[in-house]
Amino acid sequence: MSAEGPEAASAEEQKEMEDKVTSPEKAEEAKLKARYPHLGQKPGGSDFLRKRLQKGQKYFDSGDYNMAKAKMKNKQLPTAAPEKTEVTGDHIPTPQDLPQRKPSLVTSKLAG
Amino acid sequence: MAGAGGGGCPAGSNDFQWCFSQVKGAVDEDVAEADIISTVEFNYSGDLLATGDKGGRVVIFQREQESKSRPHSRGEYNVYSTFQSHEPEFDYLKSLEIEEKINKIRWLPQQNAAHFLLSTNDKTIKLWKISERDKRAEGYNLKDEDGRLRDPFRITALRVPILKPMDLMVEASPRRIFANAHTYHINSISVNSDHETYLSADDLRINLWHLEITDRSFNIVDIKPANMEELTEVITAAEFHPHQCNVFVYSSSKGTIRLCDMRSSALCDRHSKFFEEPEDPSSRSFFSEIISSISDVKFSHSGRYMMTRDYLSVKVWDLNMESRPVETHQVHEYLRSKLCSLYENDCIFDKFECCWNGSDSAIMTGSYNNFFRMFDRNTRRDVTLEASRENSKPRASLKPRKVCTGGKRKKDEISVDSLDFNKKILHTAWHPMENIIAVAATNNLYIFQDKIN
Repeated sequence: MSAEGPEAASAEEQKEMEDKVTSPEKAEEAKLKARYPHLGQKPGGSDFLRKRLQKGQKYFDSGDYNMAKAKMKNKQLPTAAPEKTEVTGDHIPTPQDLPQRKPSLVTSKLAG
Repeated sequence: MAGAGGGGCPAGSNDFQWCFSQVKGAVDEDVAEADIISTVEFNYSGDLLATGDKGGRVVIFQREQESKSRPHSRGEYNVYSTFQSHEPEFDYLKSLEIEEKINKIRWLPQQNAAHFLLSTNDKTIKLWKISERDKRAEGYNLKDEDGRLRDPFRITALRVPILKPMDLMVEASPRRIFANAHTYHINSISVNSDHETYLSADDLRINLWHLEITDRSFNIVDIKPANMEELTEVITAAEFHPHQCNVFVYSSSKGTIRLCDMRSSALCDRHSKFFEEPEDPSSRSFFSEIISSISDVKFSHSGRYMMTRDYLSVKVWDLNMESRPVETHQVHEYLRSKLCSLYENDCIFDKFECCWNGSDSAIMTGSYNNFFRMFDRNTRRDVTLEASRENSKPRASLKPRKVCTGGKRKKDEISVDSLDFNKKILHTAWHPMENIIAVAATNNLYIFQDKIN
């Protein structure tokens, strides 16, 4: 791309505008990037996949909890991330983080 | 497909005229998580219809024989058996819960009076035997009718027990448990045409099992990279070819399908065929890969074609042509301009399934707002129908629905912004021979029949 000044710039802008007009997908992408400017550069890559592979409710492990408490006597334990389904490295679930236990199993309503 | 409902179809027309037949499940607004249907599957004859739910339960419906005494039952499906297939488990090593949700049910072809099916959750596959008992032996020598043991010294005569009829009892018992073979979450199971083996697939590996052997399984595909940082795609679905027992396919999160031949090597990491549609690089966006992820792959009954479902479309592939699909059907293209919000509410990751009709002339898949879509491959016509309680009068014709994308909304059309994205139809099934379809709408199961049926 040669630097030709204002003419080249406006041609690029025009192409961008055309893109936005012709591609609803790109318009949606622009919307998303505007809301989450720090969104990873690798779309659909490792982050998604790793999240997918780790699916599952992490529960309270008293061993982990007590070990962590012993190590950090004076410090605070890392608190739960706002999104509780994420299993982050240092997060030790505490009893307050746990969801309700499942109700006991009954017959399906489809068979009723 | 037929246009507006009502009015007879000309004889010999290929158009379907779908009518409401039955709906199963609770009516209340508050849906318990456990009641959400997670899989629907007809057996080979279509006489049995199985559903699995998030609570780990299986409910099997059986088609009533049409009889003169009840002409209106018209082959209705009623509950045949229900059982708890999987229970919640706990992985103590990782402090992770293993969901009891039934991911897939696959029937085995019937070989004797009993019925067999495979059901799986994220980690364990189970073979269930469903058998009928309609006779009971009476007149035992060593025990009373109520089961109490008789005092042997009191017995003065011998008698031969006789079989007496009893009320039909349907029993389900787990015959095999195939466990501990998957590190990641099982997404597919598929019974082989040899009727002896089956495959199970998780995010990174596919295993081959023998139905009789539970302590051993062969790994046939392994795409786990040595360094997990290099992970770029996962396995999303897998299926055996309906006739060639050495062939299977698996789809990926990148929108590709690999066909493997088990005769070529023991480990099928190298594919025999690689199906991928070329992408226009200039149209690539952040969402491209996510919406290209294939959520379901199904061979046609003929074995000549396969169908894949990605977020916005259904594609039909000719197994003889790897370069591109032979048909592409848009399911809900109007969602392309909503991808940002669909990403934010996670709907973009919804996994829709798809299915063929018995003659491979039509395909069906679900959408949002309890809509489902049908494509006739011969007439090239498609229709959008809705599964709702409002349209549930017996034998009421289903009216085609239309989503309005532009400014002016016509009467009876619904605008994209009014669609309920919590009402998703992810699982549908088509009777193997007749025009009867089962549609799972969250916690309700709808059964529709073709009027001409």
